[in-house]
Amino acid sequence: MKYVAPTSVDEARSLLADNPGSRVFAGATDLIPQMRSGRPAPSLIVDLKRIDQLIALGHDAGSWSIGAAAPTSMLTRDAGFSAMFPGLSEAAGLIGSDQIQNRSSLGGNLCNASPAADSVPSMIANGLQAVIASGDGTRTAAVADVVTGPGQTSLADGEFIVEFTAADTPANTSDAYLRMIPRTEMDIAVVGAAVRLTIDGGVISDASVVLGAVAPTAVSVPDAEAALNGATVDGGTIDDATLAAVAEAASAACNPIDDKRGTIVYRRQVAGVLAKRAANIAAQRAQNGA
Amino acid sequence: MPRTHVSCTVNGDEVDFLASDDTSLLDALRDELGLIGAKEGCGTGDCGACSILVDGRVNCACLMFAPEAEGHDLLTVEGMATGEHLHPLQQTFLEGAALQCGICTPGFLVAAKALLDENPEPTETEIRYALAGNLCRCTGYDKIVRSVQEAAVQLKGAAK
Repeated sequence: MKYVAPTSVDEARSLLADNPGSRVFAGATDLIPQMRSGRPAPSLIVDLKRIDQLIALGHDAGSWSIGAAAPTSMLTRDAGFSAMFPGLSEAAGLIGSDQIQNRSSLGGNLCNASPAADSVPSMIANGLQAVIASGDGTRTAAVADVVTGPGQTSLADGEFIVEFTAADTPANTSDAYLRMIPRTEMDIAVVGAAVRLTIDGGVISDASVVLGAVAPTAVSVPDAEAALNGATVDGGTIDDATLAAVAEAASAACNPIDDKRGTIVYRRQVAGVLAKRAANIAAQRAQNGA
Repeated sequence: MPRTHVSCTVNGDEVDFLASDDTSLLDALRDELGLIGAKEGCGTGDCGACSILVDGRVNCACLMFAPEAEGHDLLTVEGMATGEHLHPLQQTFLEGAALQCGICTPGFLVAAKALLDENPEPTETEIRYALAGNLCRCTGYDKIVRSVQEAAVQLKGAAK
C-alpha cells in the first residue's frame, strides 16, 4: 500500500484516475480499523487533508461551505456554525472521543455509509448538498442521495466529495439531534433522530424529520413532517397530540435490524420517543431565535 | 514496501525518520524513534492509550499513518516533563495514585494536558467527557479525575 497526499483537487482527481483500486481518506478513523479487521488494504491511499479546500470551514454570501475532510471538532468549535446548526453541531460532537473528533469528518462519516452515522440525519435535515469531484468537473448531490445502503454510496470510482454546502437558515429556524446509546459516550447509535423546524407566527411552517440507525440508510419521515407542519408552538412547546403523531410516524418509518445494540421492537419505540423530544428541542430553539 | 521519509517536530525536536506507508504513526514513534510512552491498546481508536498531541490537539497515534506526520508538531508523554521536573499532571497522578498498571497513563496524561491547555478550569463533567476516549481497567477513573482537578489548581496557581 502506498500513501500520497495531493495538495489540490485536480491532483487528487489525476491520482484516482491513474490508479484503479485507490481510495481517498480523511481521518482514517474507519479505514484503519477496517484494514486491521482484515479487509484488504487499497493499493494506494489518497490523503485529502493537504488540500486547503477540503479542510476549510467558510461562510460567504448566505451559505456555509464545510470541507469534506475538515475535522468535526472544527465544526463544534465554531460558534457561528454551532449557533446556526446546533443539532448538526451536536451530532458532530457525538462521534467518538475528542481523539476521534480531531480526525473524523462529515465526508468520512457520510461515505463510510454506516446506517448509524451520527452526522448524517442532521445533514439531511438541514438540506446539505455534497459537491463531488467527478471527472474533470464537479457535480452536486443532496446528502440524502449519497448513501444507498450499508457501506454503499452512489459515488462512482474516482469521485470524491470536496465540500458540503448549507444555506443559512431562515428566520426562526433551528434543529436538534438526539441519539440513544447504552453508555454516556463512545458508542454507536441505537437510534438517532434529527429534527429541523421553522416557526412562522407561532405556527410550524417547515419541518424535517430524519432518523438514523433504524434502516439500511438514514430515513426521512414525511408523515411526521406533515404532522408538524401547521402545528402551533406555544412557549417553545409543541402540543401533545402533534407529538404523539410524530412519535407514531417515526416508529412506523423504521425498518430496523435486531443486533447486540438493540432489538427491532426497542428501536421502533425509541425512534418515536427521540423524534418527539428532538422536535420539542428544535421548536424551543426556533422560537427563542436560536 | 517503499519507505517514505518523514520530517516533523517531536517534543520540540526536529526529527527525520523512514517509515513504510502502511506503518501507523504509533509504530513509527515506538520503533523508529524509540518513544515507547504511547502504547497500543486496541489499535482501533477506542482506548486512547496511544494518545499524542498533533499541533496541540489530542489524536490517537494508532489511527494515523506515519507519513501523515510530515510537517506537524507532535507531543508525546516523553515531552511533558521539563528536564527533571515532572509536569503537574504527572506529579498529581503519582501523588494521587491515579495509576496502577500504568499502560493507560501516558494517554491519560496527554489527553488531560490537551484539556487543561484549552480549558484551565474544567468542571468534573468536562474532565470526564474530555477523557471519555481513554480507558483504564485499574483505577475506576475517580483518582484520575481528582488528579486532573488538582493539577488544574496547581497550574492556575503557577500562572499567577
